[in-house]
This record gives sequence, structure tokens and C-alpha cells, in this order.
Amino acid sequence: MEPVLLRARGVPNSRHIDTYLAAGGYEGLKKALTMDPEAVTKEVLDSELRGRGGAGFPTGRKWTFVPKEHPGPKYLICNADESEPGTFKDREIIEYDPHLLIEGIAIASYAIRANTAYIYIRGEFVRWARILETAIAEARQRDILGASVMGSNYRLDVWVHRGAGAYICGEETSLIESLEGKRGFPRLKPPFPAVVGVFGKPTVVNNVETLACVPSILTRGAAWFASIGRPRNTGPKLYCVSGHVRRPGVYELPMGVTFREIIEEHCGGIRDGHTLKAFFPGGSSAPVMTPDQIDVKADFDACAEAGSMLGSGGVIVLDDSVDMVEAAANLAHFYAHESCGQCTPCREGSDWAMDILDRILEGHGRPEDPATLLRICQYASQGMTICPLGDAFALPISSIVKKFPYEFERHIAAATPRPPKKLPVLPWAGPRPGFDGQ
Amino acid sequence: MRTVAIHAVPEEQLTHVTFDATMEERISELLTHYPTRRAALLPVLWLCQERYGWIAPGVIEAVAARLGESPAFVQGVVTFYTMFYTSPPARYVLQVCKTLSCAVCGGRELLEHLKARLGIDLGERTQDGTFQLIGVQCLGACGSAPVIQINDDYYENLTIEQLDALVDELSQGKEA
Repeated sequence: MEPVLLRARGVPNSRHIDTYLAAGGYEGLKKALTMDPEAVTKEVLDSELRGRGGAGFPTGRKWTFVPKEHPGPKYLICNADESEPGTFKDREIIEYDPHLLIEGIAIASYAIRANTAYIYIRGEFVRWARILETAIAEARQRDILGASVMGSNYRLDVWVHRGAGAYICGEETSLIESLEGKRGFPRLKPPFPAVVGVFGKPTVVNNVETLACVPSILTRGAAWFASIGRPRNTGPKLYCVSGHVRRPGVYELPMGVTFREIIEEHCGGIRDGHTLKAFFPGGSSAPVMTPDQIDVKADFDACAEAGSMLGSGGVIVLDDSVDMVEAAANLAHFYAHESCGQCTPCREGSDWAMDILDRILEGHGRPEDPATLLRICQYASQGMTICPLGDAFALPISSIVKKFPYEFERHIAAATPRPPKKLPVLPWAGPRPGFDGQ
Repeated sequence: MRTVAIHAVPEEQLTHVTFDATMEERISELLTHYPTRRAALLPVLWLCQERYGWIAPGVIEAVAARLGESPAFVQGVVTFYTMFYTSPPARYVLQVCKTLSCAVCGGRELLEHLKARLGIDLGERTQDGTFQLIGVQCLGACGSAPVIQINDDYYENLTIEQLDALVDELSQGKEA
């Protein structure tokens, strides 16, 4: 497949607006501006494009939820928070083709009749925030953004907004809170952001890769996009492969290639002298998959049927050198650190799971630990929390416990009881230097 | 790439912060991006961290006053996010990614090497104030693991030798 999303990778000076325009850039926006906003949404709806941020919700449908008659302002937010472990695709688009993203943002904004769009980018991505600011300034200078978008009477301002280090802000309602200048606490849904979003106004939040798909849907048509992959799982997809493969990186492939093709063909297989032990198909929040599932198709529906999820398409590959209890502990540390703390099952559950896994690794596992871990995970998922972070930590950890029970048993069989904790001496129990006897 | 050193303004000089004309101009510009003043909080805090090196209590008061928020609210936001420094950082903050892909692809070894070489533990800083070592969660560059972020810059696919050379360069006062 010829690259669509990564066509600029390797092209000299690919970030510059002239390079983009010479390659037929902004033609999609030009075409969209001649259409009704509803017709643009219809085109995206027909393409069956599904959100690339993780949930896989049909993008066109999300746009239709914005109330048309709403009199006040509406907003489009591009989610460039990219913080799911194993995911590094959006950075690739911004690095090589920022104007592709800006064109997608402009078309989406036009479709929902928004005059302001924000790009919420994770705080660590300083370099990429600057790249976007430069590209936006270029576009504004050429009247592609601003008071009169490409000579039409449509106005659009795009602003870059940097986060400041919080995984949770990749969740759309948390992102909205953060954009409003608050702590990133997720909101209860409903109301959904399409009705009550940022600043209380209708808001659509779309991922970078999703928006980058939109320009070519306009120029080449919905039918072309839908011809890639299979029904309900259409279009090109960026797969980010990390871990123990020979050639990790971002690969643009038609949706629905198998994990075998991704891992063995494109990434050159597992590093020398080792074999595949497990892989996370869609970021670390997806239930882990085992080598017997390598022929599963890497699309939304096939991953769901296999009991996992495509998520963001971040494939983390682990070989036989990895202790799965250590992998579970590593992820537990991540989620315990990133839980926002609003909901008890997630805040306490992730901490508790982390403590148990650390204790097992320290050689003090107990026979009942795997069952306790599963119970903690059960109570943190299934809608017990405001946002999906509860599921995000529960699913990978419970799947590791279920699929690799013997690794836990091995640790626990060799375990010794933990020596009793030494309690700290209370401050007033001893002499108080510089205080007593003066 | 030149990693710019952080120059943290001492706390004594940040007890009563007044924004100069340049800062005031940039804040006013930021406020035009949003329909509410509060929404400019994160960008203004970034501006302050760039300028003063960290977010001192005096800076919190000044930002709160400028945006019409209470210092308690601003403090709450500052402490929610991991990237705002609430104490003066060293000149170079070494942020080693600890999450899965990096951990299994050499990140753990890099971290142990840095600890041994600098003689400090996670969260600590060298006595001369040149380096500070922190472990961070996923930096979103897993394909080029192991990754270390130093101040604003990413260093990817690092070997221990490359890291040593980098630390040498930075500690000699040259900017990498």
C-alpha cells in the first residue's frame, strides 16, 4: 500500500507548507469548503473511519452528535496527548507532516461549524509543539487559517495548548478540564462533550491520526477509504511496534493485517536467540495476547473477538526473557502513578495491585495473591469508575494473571514470609535534639 | 541539538513577583486564545517556568492575582501535573523513562548506570547542582527505546557509551 499518513516521511523539507502544497496539500480543505458541512460529515461517515485514539468510535457519527442549531460557539479539539504506553504514532505525523494534521483539523472544524480549534499536546513534546506552532503560523500567513479560510467566509483559529505531564489528560473529558485550566479530573458522561464540552459548549475531540485521515477521504472519496481493510474496519492504520523486535518503529499498513505480518514481516521478527512470549496489541491498556493469537487480524473487531482491543495500535512485543510478573508490576506502577485519584476502585486498586506485585517480586508472595489481584481488577473495571482508567489498569493485569498463572506460582512457591515491618519510632518517643533540656 | 540548561532563580528573589513588560505582553497574547482567563493557566505557568526555572510560591501568588484565581486553586493545578517544578531544579534534569518498552530494552540498565555514575538515587541531585535524576512514565517514544529526556530534549536509542559521552559534555559546562 502506498503511504497516506506517512507519505512525507523521508521527503526533504517535508514540514514546510510549500512542500505540502506542491504535493497536493490543502486540496481536501478546498473541496470541503465548496460543500455543505453536513455533506462533509456524510463523506466521513461513509468512509467508516473509526477513531484512532483507542476507542474506535465512528468519527462521522461523533460529528453528527454536535447540535446543529446550537447558537453559541463550538469547538474542535485535536488530542495529541499521546501517552498510552507503546504508542508513538502521532509524533511521527507531526514530525514529518504537520500540515496534514492542520488540514484535517480545518476540515473537521468546518464540518461541525467550529471557529476555534485547539491542539492539546502532551507537555513533554516541546519540539513537536514548536513544529505545530510554526506550521500554524505558515498556514495563517497564506490565509489558509484565520478570518477567511482559503478565501471563503469561514473563519478558523487554531491554537496549540501544552499539557504538563498527566496520562489521564488523554481521556477526552479530562483533557477538556485540563484545557479549561483545571486539574485533569475526568467528567461523568453523559452529557457527552459533543453536547457539553469545553467551556460548556459542544466539542468534538479527535485523535491526531484520525484527523490526518480526513484530507484524503475528501480528495479521494469515502469509497476509496472504505476499500482499504474490511467493512467497519477501514483505512490505513499506523502500527507502533516496540519491545523485542528487530526493527521497532511506526508502520503504515492497511487495517486488518495480521500481527504475524506486522511482527515477522515488517519488524523482522523477534531479536536473535529468543522467541515471542506475549504482546499487547493496542497499548499497555489492552489485555495481553499470546503467541497462539499471532494470526489475529490487527483491526478493531478482530481484536475485540480475540478478547482484547486494537486501542491505539501500539504493539508492545515481549520475548521469552521477560518475567511476566515483572511486566505486570511495571504496568501497575504506571497506572498507580497516573490514576487521577477521583474514584476509589482505581486510586486504591492500582496502588494495592502494585504493592502485591512488588511483594511477589521481593520474594514474599502468598498463595492467595493471584486471586486477590483478580478481585481488585474486577472491582476497578465494569463501569465502577468515572473514566476508563480503571479498566485500563485492570485489563492488562488481570489478563497477565490469567494467561501466565505458572509464572506467579513459580514466584510464590519459592517465597518466604515477609519479615514483620519495623514500625517507625514516633517523634516524641526519643530525645528531641535542640529542644530537650534547654 | 543543544540542550539548554535550566537557570533556576533562587526563592529569595521570587517572594514578590511582578511581571515585566515582556511577560505581560506574552500573557495578554495568551489570553486571546481562550474565552476564559482560567484556561490560560497552564500556558502562563509554562511561561513562568521558562522564565524563572520553576514555580515558586511567589510565582503562584503572582499568577493567581493576574488570572483572578485563588493561590490555592493555582497550587492545586501546579501539583496535579508532574512537569511543573515546585522546587528549584538542577541545571540538567535527567528524566529516564521507566515504562515497559523502555524497561525491557535497556532503560533499567541506563538508570542503574546513571545512579552509579552520578552517585545519586532517583529524585536526588548532584552536589554541584548540575544533574538531577528522575524516573518518569512513558515518554511516547517507545519505538526508539531506551529514551531519556533532558530538560526539553529527547535522547533516543541511547547506549550506555552514548549516555556517558552526553553526561561528560553536559558536566563540562558545554551545552550538548
